[in-house]
Amino acid sequence: MKTTGLITRRGAIVAGLAAVGGIAVARRFPKILPPTCGNVLRAGDSFTYGMQRALLGQSLVKEYSLADLTSFPATGTTDPGATGKPELAELSESYRRLRDGGFADWRLSVEGSVARPRSFSLADLKQFPARTQITRHTCEEGWTAIGQWTGVPLSTVLDAVGVLPAGQFVVFSSYDDWVDSIDMLDALHPQTILAYGMNGRALPLQHGAPVRLRVERQIGYKSMKYLARIVVKDKFDDGGMKGNIQNGWAWYNGI
Amino acid sequence: MSQTSPLAKRPPLQDDAGKPSGVQRHARWVRVSHWIVTVSVLVLVFSGFEILMVHPRLYWGIAGNDLTPALLELPISRNYKHRGYDTPRPFFEKPAGPVSASRTYEIFNQNGWGRSLHFLGAWLLVLPGILYLLVGLLGGHFRRHIWPRLRELAPHLVWRDAVDHLRLRVPPAGGGPQYGLLQKISYSFVIFVAGPLMILTGLTMSPAVTSAFPILLTLFGGYQSARTIHFFTSAALVLFVIAHVVMVVRSGFRRQIRAMTLGE
Repeated sequence: MKTTGLITRRGAIVAGLAAVGGIAVARRFPKILPPTCGNVLRAGDSFTYGMQRALLGQSLVKEYSLADLTSFPATGTTDPGATGKPELAELSESYRRLRDGGFADWRLSVEGSVARPRSFSLADLKQFPARTQITRHTCEEGWTAIGQWTGVPLSTVLDAVGVLPAGQFVVFSSYDDWVDSIDMLDALHPQTILAYGMNGRALPLQHGAPVRLRVERQIGYKSMKYLARIVVKDKFDDGGMKGNIQNGWAWYNGI
Repeated sequence: MSQTSPLAKRPPLQDDAGKPSGVQRHARWVRVSHWIVTVSVLVLVFSGFEILMVHPRLYWGIAGNDLTPALLELPISRNYKHRGYDTPRPFFEKPAGPVSASRTYEIFNQNGWGRSLHFLGAWLLVLPGILYLLVGLLGGHFRRHIWPRLRELAPHLVWRDAVDHLRLRVPPAGGGPQYGLLQKISYSFVIFVAGPLMILTGLTMSPAVTSAFPILLTLFGGYQSARTIHFFTSAALVLFVIAHVVMVVRSGFRRQIRAMTLGE
């Protein structure tokens, strides 16, 4: 590298490439980022989110065959009806009633920035065309497992309720009292499904019965178990003390 | 620069084009890159170790977890050989098929900050690293200083340099990029083999990246193989850093640090 201060041809090429690349990336960077509240770690997560959204398209994750299915640990909550946490007693009780009734009374309410908010029973969801996919579950801890998931694409359900143009994020709440969200690109991704079946049977209790989310392009904990409610929002919602960020975890986990 | 300044006694600042006159010093961009990489590697090793502590089991292939056999299990946290699962239930009728079991044990897990810190350190490596590779390639730094010349690679020369290193017989620091043979070989390994391998195996563990570039999964034989390669390559890099620091100390610590910081 010349130290003369003159603009060399090589220097101009490098600077030019960097500028063109920078502008191309900036144009595709998401317009709404999670608030980082001065937290350097969370700012790094937001940068990863922006860069992955800018550089990667809407491609499908690799799907495996039945021969690839592996054993599958159930971690986190494995029965919301028996959490034993006093502050969750009411939620626990309502889940217990649904579970004992074979989830016949379970309803998934889809509301917020939608034209036709409504509730779906398990049977309602099963009336939509189903999608079955064999994918790799990638846990943040470092382990992986291959499972077969059957469910309705989230995009199908969102189409049914009619997301308003202002809708940017899809917020999920669960019977073990978590709140999490994904952006519209993940929500409308063909492999993002509301799964009611696993490995050819009804979704087992410990894996999120009756319905769990599958967000295949992110780490496992984004695939929320025990779904209770879906709300489409125009603005980013970190879920407060029930969400990832305020519990010290990354909101975006494409890596 | 005034003639009376003590700085004037320094040889004129070398341009990296390598004119044969005088002693060469580390170019400013090399010094800046060196310390950025130092910070990022320290952050990556620290946070990487934390992440490994959460699941200190390594596997080969696409999938591996507490319910499948491990290639290697490292005794580095309370999660080592933890058996905190309830009775496994088979998914299918066949007895040897996949099972499910629920965790009943509170594992060590600090990945909330560990993972985010790791990726922050990774950005600090990747963004300046791309610039470093571009400048080093286009500016001729790699060709002139890093790549060993073919005639240098004669077995007896490599052997002699290796014996010198093992006896810790290290020539005093030259303060510039006139590297010895083993030095060139190890720097080439770090810059062109281990570094890119770390980045690529790291990216192979990203579900979003591999959805766009599934070739990564094919290249490394699956997520868990990539994770295992990531670990062993990082171990090799840690060994390199230890040897590097030992050599810096043996060849004149103060002189070397000044050369890499101030360019003296």
